[in-house]
Amino acid sequence: MSDYRGDQVESDSLRRLNKDEFDKLIKMLADQGYTVLGPKVRDEAIVYEEINGLADLPQGYRDDQQPGRYRVAQVGHNNYFEFNVGPQSWKQFLFPPKLTVGTAERDPASGWTFATPNQQPPKMAFVGVRACELAAIAVQDRVFMQGPYVDPDYRARRESLMLIAVNCTVAAATCFCTSTGTGPKCQVPFDLAFTELEDSFLVEIGSNRGDALVDQLVTVAGADLDRKRAERLQQRAAEQIRKHMDTSDLRDLLQQNSEHPRWDSVASRCLSCTNCTMVCPTCFCSSVHEVSDLTGDSVQRERVWDSCFNIDFSYMADGVVRNSRRSRFRQWLTHKLASWHDQFDSSGCVGCGRCITWCPVGIDLTEEVAAIRAEPSTNRQLPATQPEKTICVVPERARP
Amino acid sequence: MSTIPNSSPTVTKSHKPRLAVFKFASCDGCQLQLLSCEDELLSLADQLEIVHFIEASSQIEQGPYDIALVEGSITTTSDRGRIQTIRQQSKTLITIGACATAGGIQALKNWADHAEFARSVYANPQYVETLSTSTAIADHVRVDFELRGCPINRLQLIEVLQSLLADRRPRTPAHCVCLDCKRRGTVCIAVASDEACLGPITQAGCGAICPAYNRGCYGCFGPAAQPNCDYLADWYLQDRMSAAKLVPLLRNFNAAAPEFRDCGDRIDPNSDSGESL
Ligand code: SF4
Ligand code: SF4
Ligand code: SF4
Repeated sequence: MSDYRGDQVESDSLRRLNKDEFDKLIKMLADQGYTVLGPKVRDEAIVYEEINGLADLPQGYRDDQQPGRYRVAQVGHNNYFEFNVGPQSWKQFLFPPKLTVGTAERDPASGWTFATPNQQPPKMAFVGVRACELAAIAVQDRVFMQGPYVDPDYRARRESLMLIAVNCTVAAATCFCTSTGTGPKCQVPFDLAFTELEDSFLVEIGSNRGDALVDQLVTVAGADLDRKRAERLQQRAAEQIRKHMDTSDLRDLLQQNSEHPRWDSVASRCLSCTNCTMVCPTCFCSSVHEVSDLTGDSVQRERVWDSCFNIDFSYMADGVVRNSRRSRFRQWLTHKLASWHDQFDSSGCVGCGRCITWCPVGIDLTEEVAAIRAEPSTNRQLPATQPEKTICVVPERARP
Repeated sequence: MSTIPNSSPTVTKSHKPRLAVFKFASCDGCQLQLLSCEDELLSLADQLEIVHFIEASSQIEQGPYDIALVEGSITTTSDRGRIQTIRQQSKTLITIGACATAGGIQALKNWADHAEFARSVYANPQYVETLSTSTAIADHVRVDFELRGCPINRLQLIEVLQSLLADRRPRTPAHCVCLDCKRRGTVCIAVASDEACLGPITQAGCGAICPAYNRGCYGCFGPAAQPNCDYLADWYLQDRMSAAKLVPLLRNFNAAAPEFRDCGDRIDPNSDSGESL
């Protein structure tokens, strides 16, 4: 990723192009061997899937997002990117929900043979990445590629990745990237960042690879007027953001309030259903299972997405560690907003608002944080009773 | 790639574990899952001796059994006695399916007048001997493991048998359907439409099939671990569903599973009689 030019993008690197040229860009990427992924309407939502051209994009669509509620509809504009992030994030392509990470085969004569599947991940281009999503990818880069334990599959996918970003021109009611400092304007690293104007796109070049792509398209130098139009639209998105999360000293605030009564309140509402962690573009937890055939001679080691909201996720020899919805919600929020700083030098939240929209009962982390901030407890108190541990999560009455 | 020699030769057991399959009040669908294991069945037969499986063979052997798979719920006095005998004869007893683990759809009679039911169904109800309730096997005897579903998932059944053979804990999920929806990329229908879906309180195991076909989960694998049925019900009752619709949704194949039963009873203005036993 040394290819990225960093922050120093000159204003003369802004180019303007017709919308048809964007179609050409998608096809060009496919010709260069990229699997091109982008937004598409499917099952009443805007999801990320393989796209073949401009015609696949959600032209004219808008999304309406509220806590626990999401709707898309065609609203009569002609733009291709006038909506915000949906139920899926790009993490599904960089960190797939299910991956075979090892195999073992037993032969009566020669014994066990262990192998790492020789997976050649596809060379991917993401089209339509938002500012908050660029920030989320940067967070996951730190998780999977920094430090002594690098995830080889993630790295292979990440290194060949082409990032075609889009600046938001509108914001959903659940967006709060202005609080987390991650949007709505795209920051490098990206290869290209587009702003959609009424009749054309303005493109900012973020890397030499991106430059090479733009070279093959019909573009004109972006005029000052174009830049102003783009800035006005970006400004409009920022002004539409209503949700706010005060992040000052947030790490300490949460860590000092581990016994705040608000955790009981949220536990009475939270279903511990895992949805917030699944849709979060930075959540990275997984479980690894060995799956064998009946003879036990052929074993696959599989990694699947998992979640701190899954009761089994903290199951250890002595039982379940986080054995209540309260402790599981607290684990999620305090990891995301507090101990993430200690672990990865940043917050784990990029303000995309997905966990708010896709929580089936509309739990809003910004409100939970605000409630704790409004009445912080002065000192840490131990719980009145120690949580019980279960030995096994098989239903009580059917325990072996 | 690396290879290590076979240090642990296959253990030769003195005898293959003896497996028996028993049926109580049920539709046979769960046993059928064992039959539909087809390819795996041969491999299973290598490692287990199937000595009592009426659906597959009329040749049946007496106990004791190493593993008993029990399908169906208890609805008659004679079955109440029969399950005791099976328990005494079985080293490990595993219940399979919603009937055996929660009383099944027939547990709807727990909320009704069963004599009235018998009168309306049978021409000569005087020959029908039945209890007023349908109850789970675990309400009568100690159960070693409950495998959920209506019907059970055959892959989970294989997993449970495999875990018994390998003497390890079965790997069946305690989490809810949502996690599986997300893993397979399904758009949440509870959020993206007005569908009332029981996925957030229902144990996974089906593979999250219904939401993938745009239909709300109707809870056939029963309650997930520590489900928050009450808050989900209250949320749905706010604006998307009436109690008249939500109560029957909860009172389905797992109507008498305690968490579903209590939630349904709480929101049902006409009922307080779902208590079983
Ligand atoms: S915690 Fe919520 S708002 Fe923050 S990045 Fe994750 S899904 Fe987005
Ligand atoms: S959070 Fe910000 S960057 Fe992300 S979709 Fe909303 S407005 Fe765009
Ligand atoms: S906060 Fe919402 S999405 Fe997350 S586990 Fe709780 S109920 Fe599910």
